[in-house]
Amino acid sequence: MSHITSKYLVQRSTALSHTAVWGGVVSAIVLVSVPLWGGVSLMRWGVEVICFLVLAQMWNLLAGYGGLISVGQQAFVGIGGYGLFIFAQHVGVHPFWSVLLGGILAAIVAALTAKLMFRLHAGYFAVGTWVLSEVIRIVASNLSMTGGGSGQSLTVMARMPREFRESGTYWIACALLIGASSTINLLLRSRFGLALTAVRDSETAAESQGVNVASLKFRVYVLSAFGTGLVGALYYLNTLRIAPASAFDLNWVVAAIFIVVIGGMGTVEGPIVGAAVFFGLRWLLADYGSWYWMAMGVIAVLVMVFAPKGIWGLIQNKTGVELLPMRRRLHLRK
Amino acid sequence: MTDWIGTIIQGSLLGGLYALFAIGLSITYGVMRVVNIAHGDFIVLAAYLALVSISMLGVHPFVVVMPVAIVMFALGYFLQRVLLNRTIGPDILPPLLVTFGLSILIQNGLLEVFSADSQALQVGDLSTASLQLPGGITIGVFPLMVFIVSLLLTVGVNLLFNRTTVGMSLRATSDDPATAGLMGIRSKHVYAMAMGLSFALVAVGGVLSGVRTTFTPGSGPASLLYAFEAVVIGGLGSLWGTFAGAVILGIAQAIGAEINAGFGVLFGHLVFLAVLIFKPTGLFARTR
Repeated sequence: MSHITSKYLVQRSTALSHTAVWGGVVSAIVLVSVPLWGGVSLMRWGVEVICFLVLAQMWNLLAGYGGLISVGQQAFVGIGGYGLFIFAQHVGVHPFWSVLLGGILAAIVAALTAKLMFRLHAGYFAVGTWVLSEVIRIVASNLSMTGGGSGQSLTVMARMPREFRESGTYWIACALLIGASSTINLLLRSRFGLALTAVRDSETAAESQGVNVASLKFRVYVLSAFGTGLVGALYYLNTLRIAPASAFDLNWVVAAIFIVVIGGMGTVEGPIVGAAVFFGLRWLLADYGSWYWMAMGVIAVLVMVFAPKGIWGLIQNKTGVELLPMRRRLHLRK
Repeated sequence: MTDWIGTIIQGSLLGGLYALFAIGLSITYGVMRVVNIAHGDFIVLAAYLALVSISMLGVHPFVVVMPVAIVMFALGYFLQRVLLNRTIGPDILPPLLVTFGLSILIQNGLLEVFSADSQALQVGDLSTASLQLPGGITIGVFPLMVFIVSLLLTVGVNLLFNRTTVGMSLRATSDDPATAGLMGIRSKHVYAMAMGLSFALVAVGGVLSGVRTTFTPGSGPASLLYAFEAVVIGGLGSLWGTFAGAVILGIAQAIGAEINAGFGVLFGHLVFLAVLIFKPTGLFARTR
């Protein structure tokens, strides 16, 4: 990352980013230690927060970096969840491994449908992915193996001792969060990330520079679906019960979009800020049902019109702060 | 055999309703390249507006169609002028996300005000009246009326686009906003007119749909999907193409429902996906 010659220095990290990374490491250690001192409800809430955060990060990867606005990510949440149930309940794989299998199943479905979806562009792509999600939902509702329209409970988990089940689920969540965040960070710092940003900014220009746009979009789509599938599997491992209406609920992607847009699309820190706003508002307006969603809607509209780069974008504009920088800086020396 | 013909006719009539939804979407996309995610929710909003006016004034639903259409036209014009015009540009994301936010806002707003109860607009006996056709096929009178209204409106909007100055400015702006501006056409006003027109059509569709089936605050997204599918199946550039797309969608849904009660909507989705696979530009597209 540091390239030293006599005249100039190309650097990516700054003092602030070093602090931020250490802060991240400390938070990660605290996060992982929760089962040792925290109660069950804290762990369950933690898993839920992690699910939404990783979901938002995956949508951000797809939309903010890949330029693909999808309103159909709930399909992969559902596939991940149903994958978990199929493998754990019906094939007999250990539930914790089934989470991974749920993610892989989502990635496979994404790979199979990507070509079809990519025939649509922009707004049409958005609604097209939504239609695909609806198709998958209807198929899942008619699958008697997993309880059809009314869903199923994950009864195999009863065989596991309760503490093991709870801590295990929580630690899978931590692994997912740490894994997803580090992967995204490393990915964006690599050539892949550079190509991705180039495609996002201008497809034709990127293509002219030799970037294989189609292959790039495909890989981002599948990767994002994999992460989203893992989230779905993890979420339903936590709740122990799945039903098509919930697994394929549009609100999954609504929440992801709100978190990313309000926090700041196309930045790594954005989803974290957005998730804080999302859960903060939820806590504040918990007793007011639909007012919570209306508030989110109003904030999203205002942010999009007045601050399209989101809250983190505003902060970045005012202070130039970058906790996890992607750009490289050139330092000239005398 | 007559069973299937009956199904196809029912589907076509359903398609007439979908055409009302779809043409509005086609206009906003054609002129402004905006996919209005809240389109379906405005359909539902129109139905609720009608509900409120009917209960306040005690009149027949058909009486409120015009007033609701005018109110919705104004709403669409205002929305575009004040909010959406700020987001139109090379980036497709802002208008998409703003309409997305609006969609959530409307759904939850309606939920707060009207609760999740199913509502319907009453027209008395007309909703169940039927007509006997040769060959032993019966069709509903109301669906037939909706189809005819939709047909007339499509003819009307086509005339508007092709024979009036308003229509000419709409077409010019959709082709090339900058040059249209040089000719003295104010694009902000034109976009607002297009949105208003779309909303007016949506209003008619909303009221008629409110009579035909029950609606709840959450009914919006389904209508958006049908409108969208109709536009994609029909292809861009021709209002009659969109109308045809809507009819095809209606027929697909009717056939699906005939095979298995839960499969109606699924068949529509599958036809949509099939068109995507085999003819992505749509069946009757005239522009790219």
